[in-house]
Amino acid sequence: MIFDWGFALEILPALLQAALVTLQCTLVGMSLALVLGLAWALMRRSSRRILAWPATWIVEFVRSTPLLVQVYFLFYVLPEFGISWSPFVTGALGLGLHYSAYTAEVYRAGIDNVPSGQWEAARALNLGWMETWKSVILPQAVPPMVPALGNYLVGMFKETPILAAITVQELLQTAKLIGAESFRYLEPLTLVGLLFLLVSLSSAQLIGWLESRTARVAS
Amino acid sequence: MLPPLDLLPSLLTGLLVTLQITAGAAVVALASSFLAGLGRLSGRKSVRGFSRLYVDVFRGTSALVQLFWAFFALPLLGIRLEAVTVGILVLGLNLGSYGSEIVRSAIRNVSRSQYDAARALNLSRGQTLWRIILPQAALRMIPPFGNLFIELLKGTALVSLISLADLTFQGQTLRTSTLRSGEIFALILVLYFLLAQVIARGMRFLESRLAAGRDSGGAA
Repeated sequence: MIFDWGFALEILPALLQAALVTLQCTLVGMSLALVLGLAWALMRRSSRRILAWPATWIVEFVRSTPLLVQVYFLFYVLPEFGISWSPFVTGALGLGLHYSAYTAEVYRAGIDNVPSGQWEAARALNLGWMETWKSVILPQAVPPMVPALGNYLVGMFKETPILAAITVQELLQTAKLIGAESFRYLEPLTLVGLLFLLVSLSSAQLIGWLESRTARVAS
Repeated sequence: MLPPLDLLPSLLTGLLVTLQITAGAAVVALASSFLAGLGRLSGRKSVRGFSRLYVDVFRGTSALVQLFWAFFALPLLGIRLEAVTVGILVLGLNLGSYGSEIVRSAIRNVSRSQYDAARALNLSRGQTLWRIILPQAALRMIPPFGNLFIELLKGTALVSLISLADLTFQGQTLRTSTLRSGEIFALILVLYFLLAQVIARGMRFLESRLAAGRDSGGAA
């Protein structure tokens, strides 16, 4: 059996539709990861052990267990507590939670890289807590984080097919359904692979450009 | 609540499959990391191009899509592989594409003067690489390879979706027969966590053994 271009063209609209779902999952997941990750990073910096200790363990645990099993856990266990969300919401939550463990490390490294003299200077100028973060620390900490966060965004995008396991109608799930109906897996799966390749390669270019920009600003 | 010990036996049979796939894929990943990492630094344009193509394709598409493609689409092109072979090869090649960057950057970070010294001693290219450059680069590769192996362990959960009876797969089977989702998946998560700790400890041990008695040139 050889690649059938006519069939490939025929299923392309359905796949592009599914690509939208993939993008939505990624965007919702990344927003969650950015917020949750910041929470973990700030908790870990806290001098109170009751805050720092759980955050350290959550990050370590989430990072060393598979996303697929975490998603199954949310999908099958949450309903037992009376929480039943749609597969899309559960999936995006799983992605966000998983990647928050990685973004937390990015935030931590970014904040730690601000020289301690900057904190002392802010203190010497009698700046408040809010002012110190807003005007001194964050403007120096955030730009170097951007490429690293961008890499995790692309990483998350590439892991969205895992949500097919809980029937989210994203790219891979749609390709599987087309394959099961038509008994032709070659075209849908190849197209899905090509779509991922296209997005990943172009975002790698974009991140490379961002990296060279932030490097220039820093020097 | 009693610990869900009755669930353990069937989860442990799955754990064995997970371990086999992890070990097999780790070998493939190491081999392809070194081949592609060295290939990217090769003097020949065709070797560089081919390595680049491999890395881009495997890094640019998703691991699960690659597994499905090899499992469902490849047979239609006349290449039929066992599910275990697909799992080991695809995961190994996928992680190898990330690993090649570890090898490449570790080798490039070896000081230029080491090459000059090897040249001054009249060592051949092969000798330089094998006896001078790689031993120094290897030490730097261990921590990132430790992270890579943990990613690989996590990646093996995906093979449950191409019908391999690994830890995650056994969890799903148990869930449909007992409906005790909470205990089952919590237990599985803990098992993966423990395995990841074993890998992390093992790599740290390896690093301290290799680093023992070695002058790190002030870099450490």
